[in-house]
Amino acid sequence: MIEVKCVGRGGQGAVTFAQLLSVGAFYEGYYVQAMPMFGVERRGAPSMSFTRISKKPILIRSQIYEPDYVVVLDSGLLCVKGMLSGLKQKGVVLANARKEQSISVKGVKSCFIDATSIALKEFGKDIVNTAMLGAFAAYTKLVSLKNLYKAVDERFRNEDMRKKNKRMIKLTYEKCLEKI
Amino acid sequence: MEKVIETSHAIAEAVRLAKPDVIPIYPVTPQTHIAERLADFVADGLLKAEMITVESEHSAISAAIGASAAGSRVFTATASQGLALMHEVLFIASGLRLPVVMAIANRALSAPINIWCDHSDSIAERDSGWIQLYCESAQEAYDSVLFAYRIAENRDVLLPTMVCVDGFSLSHVYERVLLDNDEKVRKYVGKYRPLFKLDARKPVTMGPIGYPNSFMEFKEQQEQAMKMAINVMRVEERNFKKHFKRDFYGLIETYNLANARYAIIAMGSVCGTIKHVLKQSRLKDIGLIKLRSFRPLPKEALKKAFEGLKAIAVIDRAVSFGNGGVLWNEIKALSCLPVHSFIAGLGGRDITPRHIMKAFDVMQKEKENEKRIWLK
Repeated sequence: MIEVKCVGRGGQGAVTFAQLLSVGAFYEGYYVQAMPMFGVERRGAPSMSFTRISKKPILIRSQIYEPDYVVVLDSGLLCVKGMLSGLKQKGVVLANARKEQSISVKGVKSCFIDATSIALKEFGKDIVNTAMLGAFAAYTKLVSLKNLYKAVDERFRNEDMRKKNKRMIKLTYEKCLEKI
Repeated sequence: MEKVIETSHAIAEAVRLAKPDVIPIYPVTPQTHIAERLADFVADGLLKAEMITVESEHSAISAAIGASAAGSRVFTATASQGLALMHEVLFIASGLRLPVVMAIANRALSAPINIWCDHSDSIAERDSGWIQLYCESAQEAYDSVLFAYRIAENRDVLLPTMVCVDGFSLSHVYERVLLDNDEKVRKYVGKYRPLFKLDARKPVTMGPIGYPNSFMEFKEQQEQAMKMAINVMRVEERNFKKHFKRDFYGLIETYNLANARYAIIAMGSVCGTIKHVLKQSRLKDIGLIKLRSFRPLPKEALKKAFEGLKAIAVIDRAVSFGNGGVLWNEIKALSCLPVHSFIAGLGGRDITPRHIMKAFDVMQKEKENEKRIWLK
């Protein structure tokens, strides 16, 4: 079972990240579970989501304490205590950041993508969840672009939203592949 | 067709297929996604129901009673303070024997204010005369809504029914749900044919005063209806299996209990975590008794499940202050075994495998002394 924790700030889409990832992984044939951790529902406040992806049915319903991946939507959260706690020894941090932040994630395998720039350019807003989904897909190969697009189509009714989100997934996916 | 959807949406989907005529509803976290999705269905013409956006939960359940008395199939949903605000009216729904179906996204009651899951809202309505079903998964929630209409509207029962899902920890979870073909589901739920209804052409009186010489008979009939509900549920379980060609859950569900000497009893989503721990630890000596129907309490099924056990642990997500876990009290009344009490998951506190292992440990070690522990 792969366990993914996504941390962000209210409004950046951590909850939708888990939802889209779970639907995409489901179309790959996995059992999935996406669970939000709602705090105070306010823009800017730290928010969190959990995704489980497994070849077998998932029974456990507690939160994720030892993630295989931590996806960070706002690099400012890297210095918040406990954000990376419990990360498995071979675990990976995928973070949205302008430049490498090697100090705050010392000793942890990490990958940095400037998703904010992509989101601002494509979307006009710092909503980076779908961009980070592309990075996750490139890094893990757990879910194909095709199935993430399917998840986006299911989630959004608006054709323009669908197009923009798919494009963000594709751009970070490709950018990330170059890095790996 | 299998899809990954949110439990709240799975509930709304089941409601769409049950085709209620009237949905009086008031939004309250964490039930809101159910109401929102139903509003979408009505706006998109996928559900031809009259959605009444009332000004409070007290009005929501009052309107539900009025509509049900007029012979309509009714659905509503609420949580926490909303359910508490309905309190006095809940008894009228059950006393009038109106088969209203209501989803509860279980949430703590204030104070301190808290939007997260525990069972104190629905457990506080234990004695309101409503059937209460608790669900572990999105699939179970979907199936239970369909099942609830079959039970509530059965003429041997005619009782309002709550379908309870843990707020956030189940209501907001996305997972696989097998959604059956629309026609097949509609055929299963069938049409509501009220025994009596308010109809100007054939007038009846509903809810007149019950003098001391008749009131007790009404109440006795409600108790009998609850007993009948157990038999009706057993029959309906078989019908469900036959109709959908897949398993249904039973009044209780046992897991790993065949050779067990110890059992843990719980309701709701935590049962999944307990199953996970049992599976991972390969403990043959411990089993799970998942209680699905809290009201009526399936006493005979529980007693049968207790046979051969040495001790029981009960996990409660609600407290009767001054006398401990509510479910614990009820199990204690059914068994002479040592029954340990664990209060857990109040106000959304996560229940982890570590908590479950602690309960296992205490149950196996404490031979004589019953423990009452808050799993924090």
